[in-house]
Amino acid sequence: MMVRFLAGGLTGTRLAMLALLLAAAVLVPVLNLALPTDHPLHVPTYAVTLMGKYLTYALLALALDLVWGYCGILSLGHAAFFALGGYAMGMYLMRQIGTRGVYGDPVLPDFMVFLNWKELPWYWSGFDAFPFAIVMALAVPGLLAFVFGWFAFRSRVTGVYLSIITQAMTYALLLAFFRNDMGFGGNNGLTDFKDILGYSVQSDATRAGLFAASALALAASLVLAIAITGSKLGKVLIAVRDAESRTRFLGYRVEHYKLFVWTVSAMMAGLAGALYVPQVGIINPGEFAPANSIEAVIWVAVGGRGTLVGPIIGAVLVNFAKSWFTAALPEIWLFALGTLFVAVTLFLPKGILGLAASLRARLPKRKDKTSPADVSAGAPIAPAPALARNQAAE
Amino acid sequence: MNVNAYAPRSLPALLLAMLLALLPLALLSSAAGAQDNAALRPLIDALGQGSFGDTEKQVSALAATGDAAVVPALEALTNGDLYVRKADKAVVIGKRAGGSLALTDPLTGEALESTATSALDKIRVNNRLRRTIRAALGGLTLRAADATTRRQAAEAIFKAQDAEGIEALDAAIEAETNPGVAKLMREARAAAVLASDRPTEDKIAAIGTLAERGDRDALSMITAVQNSEASDLHEAAGAALARIEKLQAAWDTARNVWFGLSLGSVLLLAAIGLAITFGVMGVINMAHGEMVMLGAYTTFMVQNLFRTHAPDLFDYSLLVALPAAFLVAGLVGVGIERGIIRFLHNRPLETLLATWGVSLILQQAVRSIFGPTNQEVGNPAFMSGAFEIGQLTITYNRLWILVFALTVFAALLIAMKFTRFGLNVRAVTQNRRMAASMGIRTPLVDALTFGLGSGIAGIAGVALSQIDNVSPNLGQSYIIDSFMVVVFGGVGNLWGTLVAAMSLGVANKFLEPFAGAVLAKILVLVFIILFIQKRPRGLFALKGRAVEA
Repeated sequence: MMVRFLAGGLTGTRLAMLALLLAAAVLVPVLNLALPTDHPLHVPTYAVTLMGKYLTYALLALALDLVWGYCGILSLGHAAFFALGGYAMGMYLMRQIGTRGVYGDPVLPDFMVFLNWKELPWYWSGFDAFPFAIVMALAVPGLLAFVFGWFAFRSRVTGVYLSIITQAMTYALLLAFFRNDMGFGGNNGLTDFKDILGYSVQSDATRAGLFAASALALAASLVLAIAITGSKLGKVLIAVRDAESRTRFLGYRVEHYKLFVWTVSAMMAGLAGALYVPQVGIINPGEFAPANSIEAVIWVAVGGRGTLVGPIIGAVLVNFAKSWFTAALPEIWLFALGTLFVAVTLFLPKGILGLAASLRARLPKRKDKTSPADVSAGAPIAPAPALARNQAAE
Repeated sequence: MNVNAYAPRSLPALLLAMLLALLPLALLSSAAGAQDNAALRPLIDALGQGSFGDTEKQVSALAATGDAAVVPALEALTNGDLYVRKADKAVVIGKRAGGSLALTDPLTGEALESTATSALDKIRVNNRLRRTIRAALGGLTLRAADATTRRQAAEAIFKAQDAEGIEALDAAIEAETNPGVAKLMREARAAAVLASDRPTEDKIAAIGTLAERGDRDALSMITAVQNSEASDLHEAAGAALARIEKLQAAWDTARNVWFGLSLGSVLLLAAIGLAITFGVMGVINMAHGEMVMLGAYTTFMVQNLFRTHAPDLFDYSLLVALPAAFLVAGLVGVGIERGIIRFLHNRPLETLLATWGVSLILQQAVRSIFGPTNQEVGNPAFMSGAFEIGQLTITYNRLWILVFALTVFAALLIAMKFTRFGLNVRAVTQNRRMAASMGIRTPLVDALTFGLGSGIAGIAGVALSQIDNVSPNLGQSYIIDSFMVVVFGGVGNLWGTLVAAMSLGVANKFLEPFAGAVLAKILVLVFIILFIQKRPRGLFALKGRAVEA
């Protein structure tokens, strides 16, 4: 079992990505903190924060790939789980402000004082403790995903319909969090954070630490995702993706498999959100916007759906491009993003990794040793021809 | 002006003769005026004497003369413009002009010499007096020749609940020929009776009249009776209150239904094009909202052309905008279908992503060309204004949009059911390969169907430009609602879209009073999410094998 897992899951690209992440987790903070600012290898703090942000996006993309790439569930609402995790962390950070807020209230965050609230709402209790906040950042998205998935998968809501109702879910949450009565800061959200675990969120060391945490969380999630997709359960998930009805007729409880991976994916997204908020310093209802979820889907598509490593590359690349474009050519960015959507779906259905794999396959006369693992990593999307024919006949 | 140079010599003489002939007449009439004024003058001058109570009596006396000549004086009194000249105790109307007051005679209206403020005493009024005056003015204008003036007078008495006005009203009702005004006068009389010391039977009858009126004013008047110590009226008042509240509830319901249908018509317009592209063709067109936006911007362009070239014909601009928007959005739609969607056949999720990319490009294109701000789109005359049915105010633009949405729906239904093109579309939808085998050019049908759906989104944009901000983000605000409507109604079923749009609109408006606008919307979304669990294919699902494909 373990051997199979290693052989089937840990391909070259994945190992390389894991090594890269671990190295970055150590090297980037060192290059930022230990070297003097004029050293050519010094990494400036803003770059550390920016890369940390990209890594949280990459974690979101990885979560999305787990459900879309391996289970065929195209979620247009993953930003909702991301934002919920972010809000859980934001609540912890708000509670750490203490008397340093504008109104200096020891218990109530500024916006509550402003709204003339007298005491902390019950759902804010406990968020002054970091472990509780982290548990909530995982549990709340997980619970929402569990309940949502429980109903949706049991009723066999699939394909486009599922995509549309996930979009409705995040839209409903967007509207809800805009309301002041919700007790999450309404329009402005939660911001003006001071400390995390007693360290100032502004300081270089904290920022480097958050970067390292993001890289480690991403690496750990990647290992988890490899383990899930490489296991027998992962094979069933792929079967569900390629021929759901047939898998059901073979006796698998399809909805249980889907629910499991869906919930795990939501918790990963929640963790990503929790790491994202202290690095950008704000969480507001805009994070729930359906457009954000759809943008996350394109990260996955660019990198290569169903490859686990691809979405990480895609998220970093697309967001790097976004940062560059919005600074240098803000007018052009939406054109570029829109064209990317169209071009990737039309010309790169398997993403960058898929392109690389097919280029490698084109190179002849190298030793014929494309392992089955490479195939499953590189091109798992199209069902086998026989399968496709049968599916069409259903 | 040298008339004499051209006129015969006798003209001056003629003119003189005419003037001489007129003189006695003029003298006569001014004498008559002077005579009336002579009778009124003491009454007016008496306004300046005594306490508030005395002034009130004088106002009533003036009202009793029934002479319209006293109206300016009374109006000046309520406005605090009536003064007593200290020198001769004459009452005058004063208007502030610089440091002094420009005086006019209250009866004749002729200008008098300006006087310093110190030489005048202002006649002061209190609220009680103001009410009396208002009622007196009402009584004076109840017999006016103009129906609108009479209506206003009756309304003034109704509002003031002036018991003094009852006799004037009785006489006016007797003489009234306009049934609407007469009804209003009876209601005003009932309101006045309630405030008077008339016997209980009269008051009960009055309560009955007011209950029939049934609006909020009547409600507050009867509530006042209910709370007063006149216990013999409580029973009648209670019954009337119950009646009014029932009536109010009925009107509230009607209002909610109307607002709901109005919202529903907007949803229908936004969703109906999607019902073709998504519902019939199964293409997830995320750029649908941008087609609506293109339609709205086309309207803006057409109106600009009208403004610069034919401002007189501005009211017809929408008639030109409709086909223009259909063509613009339709052609863009055909372009999208030919350029992108046809390559993604049977890959709905990829289509979703690609069309989302198209929507981003279109948004940014419009933003680059027209700028990010809202564009000014005008309402033609026939779409502005409102009318009332009972207690329901209906604005013309909402009414037209409802009519328009239903017209578009009907036209589309007919096109799909009874035309050759509709037959082809349905054939391709049901079985593409069989349709192709029968000689239908499926690629052409695909392109035209997508163009039709997009074009209809475009003309929806023309209508929505009349009630919404025309900005590059216009489309995004409708896309989720549109998908909700189509999914709720059942894919592939135009009737389902109609029912879904209207029921979601009405449900939203009925929830709003309890939950607030945002929460109502959230509740509707949650309801749809739950509903999809129960019926994954919508209200009116297609049955049979096609469902699983």
